[in-house]
Amino acid sequence: MTSEKEIVIKTDNLTKKFGDFIAANEITFEVFKGEIFGFLGANGAGKTTAMKMLIGISKPSSGKATIAGFDVYKETEKIKKSIGYMSQKFSLYEDLTINENIQLFGGIYGLSDDEIEKRRSELINKLNLQNEADKLVGSLPLGWKQKLAFSIAIFHTPKIVFLDEPTGGVDPITRRQFWDMIYEASHNGITVFVTTHYMDEAEYCDRVSIMVDGVIKALDSPAELKKQFKANSMDEVFLMLARDAKRGE
Amino acid sequence: MRTLKFLLRKEFLQIFRDKLILRMIFALPVVQLILLPYAATYEMKNITLSVVDNDHSEYSRKLINNFTSSGYFKLVDYSKTYSDALDQVEKDKADLIVEIPEGFERDLIREDETKVLIAANAISGQTAGLAVAYANTIIRDYNIELRIQWIQQPRLNAIPVIDITSSNWFNPQMNYKMFIVPGVLALLVTLVGFLMSSLNIVKEKEIGTIEQLNVSPIKKYEFILSKLIPFWVLGLFVMTVGFFISFIVYGIYPAGSFWVGYLFAGIYLIALLGFGLLTSVYADTQQQAMFISYFFMLIFILLGGLFSPIENMPDWAQYLTYINPVSYFIEAMRMLVLKGSSFWDLRYHFLIVIVFAIVFNGLAIFKYKKTV
Amino acid sequence: MKQLITFIKKEFHHILRDTRSMLVLIGLPIVQLLIFGFAITTEVRNANIAVLDNSKDEVTQGIITKIESSQYFDIDRSITSNDQIEKAFKSGKIKLAVIFQPNFQNELSHSNKAQLQIIADATDPNQATTLTNYLSSIVRDYQNELNRQNKLPYTINTETRMLYNPQLKGAYTSVPGVMGMILLLISAMMTSIAIVREKELGTMEILLVSPMKPWLVVISKVIPYFIISLINVATILILSVFVLGLPIEGSLFLLIASTVIYIFCALSLGILISTVTETQQAAMLISLLGLMLPVVMLSGYAFPIANMPTILQILSNLVPAKWYIIIIKNVMIKGIGIEQIWKELLILLAMTGTFLIISIKRFKIRL
Repeated sequence: MTSEKEIVIKTDNLTKKFGDFIAANEITFEVFKGEIFGFLGANGAGKTTAMKMLIGISKPSSGKATIAGFDVYKETEKIKKSIGYMSQKFSLYEDLTINENIQLFGGIYGLSDDEIEKRRSELINKLNLQNEADKLVGSLPLGWKQKLAFSIAIFHTPKIVFLDEPTGGVDPITRRQFWDMIYEASHNGITVFVTTHYMDEAEYCDRVSIMVDGVIKALDSPAELKKQFKANSMDEVFLMLARDAKRGE
Repeated sequence: MRTLKFLLRKEFLQIFRDKLILRMIFALPVVQLILLPYAATYEMKNITLSVVDNDHSEYSRKLINNFTSSGYFKLVDYSKTYSDALDQVEKDKADLIVEIPEGFERDLIREDETKVLIAANAISGQTAGLAVAYANTIIRDYNIELRIQWIQQPRLNAIPVIDITSSNWFNPQMNYKMFIVPGVLALLVTLVGFLMSSLNIVKEKEIGTIEQLNVSPIKKYEFILSKLIPFWVLGLFVMTVGFFISFIVYGIYPAGSFWVGYLFAGIYLIALLGFGLLTSVYADTQQQAMFISYFFMLIFILLGGLFSPIENMPDWAQYLTYINPVSYFIEAMRMLVLKGSSFWDLRYHFLIVIVFAIVFNGLAIFKYKKTV
Repeated sequence: MKQLITFIKKEFHHILRDTRSMLVLIGLPIVQLLIFGFAITTEVRNANIAVLDNSKDEVTQGIITKIESSQYFDIDRSITSNDQIEKAFKSGKIKLAVIFQPNFQNELSHSNKAQLQIIADATDPNQATTLTNYLSSIVRDYQNELNRQNKLPYTINTETRMLYNPQLKGAYTSVPGVMGMILLLISAMMTSIAIVREKELGTMEILLVSPMKPWLVVISKVIPYFIISLINVATILILSVFVLGLPIEGSLFLLIASTVIYIFCALSLGILISTVTETQQAAMLISLLGLMLPVVMLSGYAFPIANMPTILQILSNLVPAKWYIIIIKNVMIKGIGIEQIWKELLILLAMTGTFLIISIKRFKIRL
């Protein structure tokens, strides 16, 4: 990764405090266009808090950040137009059908009816959901729901997509397929910002940052990190860093 | 605005998919409107009566006869003594005691004066008051009957008499259901609208779907509008069903214009739903929203003048009713249905609910944060 | 036993953490009692009326002064014609109008008869009856003063006694009613929601596979609400005696014992609801529509049961609150002992038993 690449996320000493508790402490990093950026950390390390500041639903206590060139303090609504988001909790409407969910989110992001219809049929074909398209989302198996949620998060072709632990509770085969979809999105120029605590997934990222107790402890490509910590896997790297974590479950 | 179209479609799809809730929305007004006016009645018909007749004369029997034939009282027992009768009250067998003294007939004729004792179980002040009032009327009528019988009526009154005639406007048959049905209708529209709206946003919070909307570029007012409009339509639907049932079951229909009624209900619902949404924005869980709305509904309804007139309340309570949207709706519905009041008669009511609508919805939009 | 205590503690933490709900649970009975005790009264005061004096003589002025000096009526002076009266009724400005005939005093002294018309807004028939009665009696009093020297012949006087509640305080009906309602709300609605919540979140299964016996799980959920109910009973009783001035004529022990039985009945009803519902919303709706409305309507607390159609009177027997309210009225206000209320207590116990048996059966089927 070289610095000639276009920067789409830039944070500078971004901090979030809840009373005396510093959930995210002076986070500074950059993410480049089209990159898959892994945002790693144990539970409670501050990943979700940091991500919520980036997607404009949580106001930072101090520091600076721009997403797709927009300021996280003043231009949250412009940020929201340029990003997609898939939360940890499954967040499609279970009492709507697949088609209805697609149409809803297409409409919310301002796509035209023709555009929605075109992309919808492409998506249904791609996911092989022709027979299920008019079934309630609540009746689908979890793996399908996750893939659908991801597809809907990038349905409006955002600049950046934020994924908060997208593969939690999913079987290994579906996880593999899920990552294929992530690669495809990245290939199409969408920047992927993904939090996870599966270290094997970290290996798939272009670059990863590892957060411990609200602070970014390491940031580089998986290969570089393994070299730096003289480790065989990201798992080992992570254990070395997280060993003296005070927070957590 | 295009976004709003999609959001609205979503809300309607969700409402129509939830069959349990949908059935409730329909069944609630129907069952309530049919049952409630029969249950919620202060029309006294069967006041249980225990008589202590110490005179056993023709006059005392006639008086008792007047009680039983009035239609208000049901004679349950002749007691020997007053304390026996009290026993009946204690056992809840009798509501009212009438004791006729020994020498009732004799005193009336010889002394021109006698005294009857009425005692009522006053644990419920309301019923006791009415029961005593009925009893007094019967005795007074009997008294007049007696005088006519005894005194050869001269052409002119012997003494000056102010002749009081009274008439009852807007409800000449004094039909209690005419009074209670429009009020219950207002109550039902309120309950359905408020409960549904106060549980809605918080449900999305609890399930987590709200986050997906918060990270999207929808505008706050679009979001609130998308929640408001479906319940607004439902509220007016409930009112229509209610009007229909009032007509079929009770033969009651507005003396005034339907349009004024719908216009008023339309604005009122905006205010009420705004308050419901505000509750929903404020609460963290459905259970909590339920409690908060239960709390407010109870106060609104108790102080809304549905069963007990607002004018009788002490000043501090009357001031409270000024900020109670429900009381304006109940009053407006009654004025419209019974009195045929026009838009102009209701102009202050309109003005006030418009203010409520602006304040509550403004607050709901303001309080709804697209952040966590 | 230790397990049980840990579980109860967990439940308590759960409830106490939600301050808003706690405030409502503890505050609701207080607010309700104060509203019933002080705001809602059937006593007429300051009713707005119009007076149309077409005679303007000594007698009419005398009557008007008498009306004015009563605390019941406020005269709206701006209304001076028949047209205005109709308008004032329609806009709700007045509740009653009094119209004196022309030459009132002349007619009265020459033909011994003068006419006075009362028009009442009968939208609320009871209020109309009451106001008309009050106004007529003011006029009649005035007339009696005029005729003080000539006594009417053949007069039946009446003496009225209001038993148990001579000042006709509203609190005498509302306190038993509020108790019946609040206890049911907390015990039945809260428990059912709390249990169903665990089902909905899937944590019930975890509890059921733990070494705890299923009935212990249920008991641990029920006990905190039992305690909150007792706190509410104490608040209500203290408020009613010291603020609303209600007596406790009968035995306090009997009062509390029957209340505990009622709470058990409500709790078992809550458990029953939780076995038949799957979601919190369904539990809420059943509790609210299936319990609260019948309690308000059919328990005899708001409306006298005797006036209802037979079918509703029969249905009212199925409402536990009806029996509880009878007990409370008898013990608290009439001061009656157990010999008069054992039947009602037995009914409550039988209901409790029935609810529990059905719940246990349903619980077993599900497992």
